[in-house]
Amino acid sequence: MAQLSKEKFQIIGCENSNAEEILRPSMTYWQDAWRRLKQNKVATASLVILILISLMTIVGPYINGFSFEVTNNDIVNKTPDMKHWFGTDNLGRDIFSRVWAGGRVSIIIGLIGAFVDTVVGSIYGGIAGFFGGFIDDIMMRIVEILGSIPYLVVVILVSLIFSKGIGAIIIAMTITGWVGMARLVRGQLLQIKEQEYVLAATALGANPSRIIAKHLLPNTLGIMIVAITFDIPSFIFGEAFLSYLGQGIQSPNTSWGALASAAQPNLMFYPYQLFFPSLFISLTMLSFTLLGDGLRDALDPRLRQ
Amino acid sequence: MEKILEVKDLKVSFHTYAGEVQAVRGISFHLNKGETLAVVGESGCGKTVTSKSLMRLIPEPPGEIKDGSEILFDGKNICTMSEKELRELRGSDISMIFQDPMTSLNPTMTIGKQISESLIIHRGMSKTEAMTEAIKMLDLVNIPDADKRAHQYPHEFSGGMRQRAMIAIALACNPKILIADEPTTALDVTIQAQIMELIADLQQKLGTAVILVTHDLGVVADVADRIQVMYAGQIIEHGTIDEIFTNPQHPYTWALLQSVPRLGTDNKAKLYSLQGTPPDLLKPPVGCSFAARCEYCMQICREEMPEVTTISENHEVCCWLKHSMAPKVDIPEALRGDK
Amino acid sequence: MFKFILKRLGYMFVTLWIVATITFMLIHAIPGDPLASMARKLPDQIRANFYAKYGLDQPVVVQYGRFMKNIVLHGDLGESLAYQGRKVTDVIKIHAPISARLGIQAVAMGFFIGVSLGVLAAFNRGRWPDYLVMFIAILGISVPSFVMASLLQYFFTVKNMWLPTTGWGTFTHTILPSIALSFGSIATYARYMRANTLDVIGQDYILTAKSKGITKLALVWKHVIRNAILPAITILGPQLAGIFVGSFIIESIFSIPGFGFNFVTSVSDRDYTMVMGQTVFLCALVIIAYVLVDIVYGLIDPRIRLTGEKR
Repeated sequence: MAQLSKEKFQIIGCENSNAEEILRPSMTYWQDAWRRLKQNKVATASLVILILISLMTIVGPYINGFSFEVTNNDIVNKTPDMKHWFGTDNLGRDIFSRVWAGGRVSIIIGLIGAFVDTVVGSIYGGIAGFFGGFIDDIMMRIVEILGSIPYLVVVILVSLIFSKGIGAIIIAMTITGWVGMARLVRGQLLQIKEQEYVLAATALGANPSRIIAKHLLPNTLGIMIVAITFDIPSFIFGEAFLSYLGQGIQSPNTSWGALASAAQPNLMFYPYQLFFPSLFISLTMLSFTLLGDGLRDALDPRLRQ
Repeated sequence: MEKILEVKDLKVSFHTYAGEVQAVRGISFHLNKGETLAVVGESGCGKTVTSKSLMRLIPEPPGEIKDGSEILFDGKNICTMSEKELRELRGSDISMIFQDPMTSLNPTMTIGKQISESLIIHRGMSKTEAMTEAIKMLDLVNIPDADKRAHQYPHEFSGGMRQRAMIAIALACNPKILIADEPTTALDVTIQAQIMELIADLQQKLGTAVILVTHDLGVVADVADRIQVMYAGQIIEHGTIDEIFTNPQHPYTWALLQSVPRLGTDNKAKLYSLQGTPPDLLKPPVGCSFAARCEYCMQICREEMPEVTTISENHEVCCWLKHSMAPKVDIPEALRGDK
Repeated sequence: MFKFILKRLGYMFVTLWIVATITFMLIHAIPGDPLASMARKLPDQIRANFYAKYGLDQPVVVQYGRFMKNIVLHGDLGESLAYQGRKVTDVIKIHAPISARLGIQAVAMGFFIGVSLGVLAAFNRGRWPDYLVMFIAILGISVPSFVMASLLQYFFTVKNMWLPTTGWGTFTHTILPSIALSFGSIATYARYMRANTLDVIGQDYILTAKSKGITKLALVWKHVIRNAILPAITILGPQLAGIFVGSFIIESIFSIPGFGFNFVTSVSDRDYTMVMGQTVFLCALVIIAYVLVDIVYGLIDPRIRLTGEKR
């Protein structure tokens, strides 16, 4: 301890200046979520992969000059080589182009299906959650019963009713698919309604539409986005499932599921025919799942840093 | 007075992604047989970390009890004990009860079984013997219908009863030390009094020493023999209850005592509150940790850690105001003449 | 408690009835003549007889009445259109046990392996077992069961002839299909249990237990797992349902003569009455499974057992 001079013992009082200082730049919820998502390498990689795959479905069929539907009996069942990068199928069609044309269909079904699911489910769940009480009870009973029927069984039956095609498949899958989203939205709304900040807003005189717009919606939006991201792969899977049962997309149109199921019987001899569509189904579903995981973490307000 | 626990230069840190948080920065104290030591301080001062460290209940990683720390109990250093020795110590020589009785009990196990667990492990009792003893314990903590209650689950108990059950679990093997970490914070005021009375009562009957961790000075006044005040990971003052209440020396202790509302306060008077927030323990201040909030802060306070000044045999304080070169500062008006 | 079970059972019957009705409506909404799809040229008289036999010439309401009556009073789920005289219940009796065997193996694998992996991951958070389990889990959720089945089939039966490719009969025939069928379940359970176990580990009562000086084993078994596994039972219902349905494809790929395979064939044969009967049976199984799981959970969780209500 060095020399202790008398001045050092003068009372100067407390600093008090920066105790209440805000130490970091304030960000909105969405900015913070986006920042956190970017930090998540796995989720970012998935997003990149998905964007790449989507791009390929748009331009892919045109890249190597072979049409996805023109048949050619001379080059049937060729293994992948320099001309046909993914090989050819049993009618001589280039698999590379078919995979991307099929991808188009699969992804579109996924996107539209998830969208319809979300819209219908949110409205239904929103009404149930918002009004609560008796209305909520009845609506939820209906949802419970609908939910007890195995989803894919309904899909199969409904697909029998409508003639085949993209529209029919989407209808079949969304008819009971919205149930999950409805439950989610309703659950979230019920939870938020109980929160004290809603009570505070009401006490301050906010009218219902304002409460909905500024408090209920933004908090539900996060959950919805995550749910959509998880919903898309289940549509892709569902469509593939239908194809395996013969109810899916019909020739000459194709989808990943249709390609896979057509190739299944030839697994022993031409495994590559099954390999490529399966690869992309899995990769796409995987990417959506990982992205969904990342989104869920990024949008969770409790993990804000 | 016989010492049963001695802590020397305890340092505990947590390794986080942001760096090393020094939660406890070199504290030393002791506990005598059968006495009640109160550890007071605001949230984040390190009192809970200290109490959990006594039984090595801090997860290591990310926590770390730094080298050079010593916790001496019964001739052994708890800091260097093996897992096996620790397990023998816990629940049998030293026990702990926690803040929230609602979440501190296993929801899928009957109360009786939870009490029996320690008895079976530490006293080698059979299941039936342990259950009988457990019922006796429930009786001891004044839970009516003990034999029925022993077969019930935590959610069937009220808050106060759950805390009693916790006490029963902790005292089942008659430990030498009971660490009570904010035992009444989560309870109603009326129940608080009951629980504190119960602890004092049991302490007399069983001769247990109690370390009572709390931020509520009101609770302390009735039961404690000695008090130590913690701030930012350090002990800034400690003494017997009389000395602290009648002759407090540290400005922080003054602030704490002044914050307790009194019966005689004038209707219109403003309640005292201390400005500011505790320092960031990622980068602890170089000098006295209380400097930023102290109205008697001096230049030296910001530059160097104060030395320990002995006021009497049991009363020590860590403040530059006690230095010979410092101006004379009296105990604040509001605290004078207060017993 | 008794009230709880009664309520659940009552609920079950109502749901069963509604589901049977919905199935009926769906089947009867399918456009076209059910007999037209049987590529047989039938003289009008025989066609009329056919209709009369199946009651297809009656108004829908009457058909519905007959349908329900048959189910409730006779346990009769109908008769096949494609194969005369073949009752749905006969088909079920022959094929369901096969699927049951496969399904039970898959469910058991899914539950035990999945739960164990999840707990393992939780206790080794941030270390390699955790990453390995998470990797398996992500794979299981994203890779569709038919892809997994094809992969397994290709690798284990085509490239290396270690196991039979298709068919049913011996234990070795059940290995690959069970794995393919259970993979998704294993993944789901692993993820779920990992999250749950981590949650439980962070609870206050675990600290209390530790402070009593109990052994690590006792801590894990009596305190952590006992609490963490409860919610895992609640998802047993949907997992069972998933496995029932998943069997459709797996059985097709491995040519296993099970219930699922049969269902798929009936659909592509347009054997509507068969499809209807099988669907009702399947839905009934699912609903009963859900209710049973609910009841079992209610019995195990002391919080529900004593108060008789969901918390």
